[in-house]
Amino acid sequence: MTKEKRQIIIFLVFALVVLIAPFFLQGSYFLNVLVFVGINTMLAVALNLLLGYAGQISLGHAAFFGLGAYISGILTTRFSLDPWLVIILAAVCAAALAFVIGFPILKLKGHYLAMATLGFGIIMYIVFNETVGWTGGPSGLSGIPNLHIGSLIFDNDLYNYYLIWIITIIVMLLSINLSQSRIGRALRAIHDSEVAARVMGVNAQVLKVQIFTVSALISAVAGSLYAHTMSFISPVSFGFNFSVELVTMVVVGGLGSIYGSFLGAALLTILPEFLRVFQDLDIVIYGLMLILMTMFMPGGLISGIQSMAESVYAKLKGKTSSNA
Amino acid sequence: MNSSRQLFQYILSGLSNGAIYALVGFGFAIIHNATGIINFAQGEFVMLGGMLTVFFLVFLNLPLVPAIVLAIVISTIVGITFERLAIRPLKNAKPLNLIIITIGASIFMRGAAMLIWGKDTHALPAFSGNEPLHIAGATILPQHLWIFAVTVLIIIASRIFFNYSIVGKAMRACSYNPQAASLVGIDVKIMVLLSFVISSAIGSMAGIIIAPLTMTSYDVGIMLGLKGFCAAIIGGMSSGLGTLLGGLLLGLLEALGAGFISASYKDAIAFIILLLILFIRPEGLFKKKETERV
Repeated sequence: MTKEKRQIIIFLVFALVVLIAPFFLQGSYFLNVLVFVGINTMLAVALNLLLGYAGQISLGHAAFFGLGAYISGILTTRFSLDPWLVIILAAVCAAALAFVIGFPILKLKGHYLAMATLGFGIIMYIVFNETVGWTGGPSGLSGIPNLHIGSLIFDNDLYNYYLIWIITIIVMLLSINLSQSRIGRALRAIHDSEVAARVMGVNAQVLKVQIFTVSALISAVAGSLYAHTMSFISPVSFGFNFSVELVTMVVVGGLGSIYGSFLGAALLTILPEFLRVFQDLDIVIYGLMLILMTMFMPGGLISGIQSMAESVYAKLKGKTSSNA
Repeated sequence: MNSSRQLFQYILSGLSNGAIYALVGFGFAIIHNATGIINFAQGEFVMLGGMLTVFFLVFLNLPLVPAIVLAIVISTIVGITFERLAIRPLKNAKPLNLIIITIGASIFMRGAAMLIWGKDTHALPAFSGNEPLHIAGATILPQHLWIFAVTVLIIIASRIFFNYSIVGKAMRACSYNPQAASLVGIDVKIMVLLSFVISSAIGSMAGIIIAPLTMTSYDVGIMLGLKGFCAAIIGGMSSGLGTLLGGLLLGLLEALGAGFISASYKDAIAFIILLLILFIRPEGLFKKKETERV
């Protein structure tokens, strides 16, 4: 089987499982959790394009998520604009902002880039909190309308599940495509050595800004969808902790793997539901997970699963050959 | 008269906050110079200093001096443990992995502090009372004097240490060129460990002297850490005068901005300054430009 064929099959199986999953899930509570898995997958994939492929860290990605959510929330509640139109508007705004700050910010490298994006994230968080007249401040913004197509209103978990996951699957497909295109290869070259990439004729500076912009755009779309499914947003969801959580998702799942981002997002979204008993323990566990994964499994869960599958495959092969 | 008094108050609180930022910034600079790492967990040592002192003083009823000493010792032990368990095994890791590790350590420490001491803010009693002193029509708290005194002492001590003691000189040698330093018989590993010892001790000291003025809680480390980093960036990552000036400048701008523009955007001012410096002069305000080695 060629590599491409296998990839297509993996993607189709993944999409199929996602689409029929609701038929096997009794009760809507878990379905509701899965809606958030979808949103977080989108965000993790977006960050992974930047972090895993181009090797550029962002500790402020929650800001773009928040920007999308607030633009959608404000324009639909205060100006009664059409939600679909607003999603596009929000995406364009976030992308424009990312493009503008991308040039100075992505000139920085390593630790300095991390600090600058962190600073940007915190400035945005302060803005969400302090522009009370627009955002409702710390007490949040409520009454954001659900999305609808004609008379079909996305107001229950099943509808939201399909809405979110169809968009998530599209985002994943586009990202996989992007990562295997010329651009994806150029990004990986930048990751390995920016100087070498530039010598080979990759315009590193522009490419980094472009991928940052794409990443911000996807994050903003996820933010808008979040606002419309939740109907309520407040700054807590878009702070530094969530930026770190996103990085954790990408690292735990596997840097540079789109399915890894799904695994990371799923784990970090579902785990706290089971850890409710421990309540505040989740942040300690994230910290430990970040340290341990980076030290002992730098390829993330996805590489662990892959090497496991390969060893099982090798064992099976060994058995059949010894039998024969 | 009234407005000039107000101005004096802003400057005073700006300078005392700025002194703290400078101390935190020293911690960043010392570790960065020894290892090339920006330790994102630096702010947590500040938190540990304040919280541990509160714990020993208020909950265990120890006298002030032993409480402070114990707090510094324990924060330093945490710093050593962190270096041994997480930094040393990853000696040749990429910057991205080191960033993620130190962030992991930072949220782990913060989370652990929250589990142990809860989410409440705690006040540390001032070292020598709250009776304000009146100087030239303006009031100044004794704690301000403590902050200035401790900062000046630490700066003089570190200057003497880095310029005149053999260990300090060895640490400087490592920051210039670790390989050359190891060739002349300096144990680079010990020097890296030492940089964590010094910066966690200074960090916790900063957390202790500011706690009576601003209260302390499990999450003070984020903001103080970031502003300390900002001070170090303005100072061009020096462990000397540059970072001190950077801290004081940041504290002043922040206090004046909060006083005359808007108090609710106080924190944003610091980060806008941080971004501007990073964009325009990433080598710091007081440093000559160096070419980057690839």
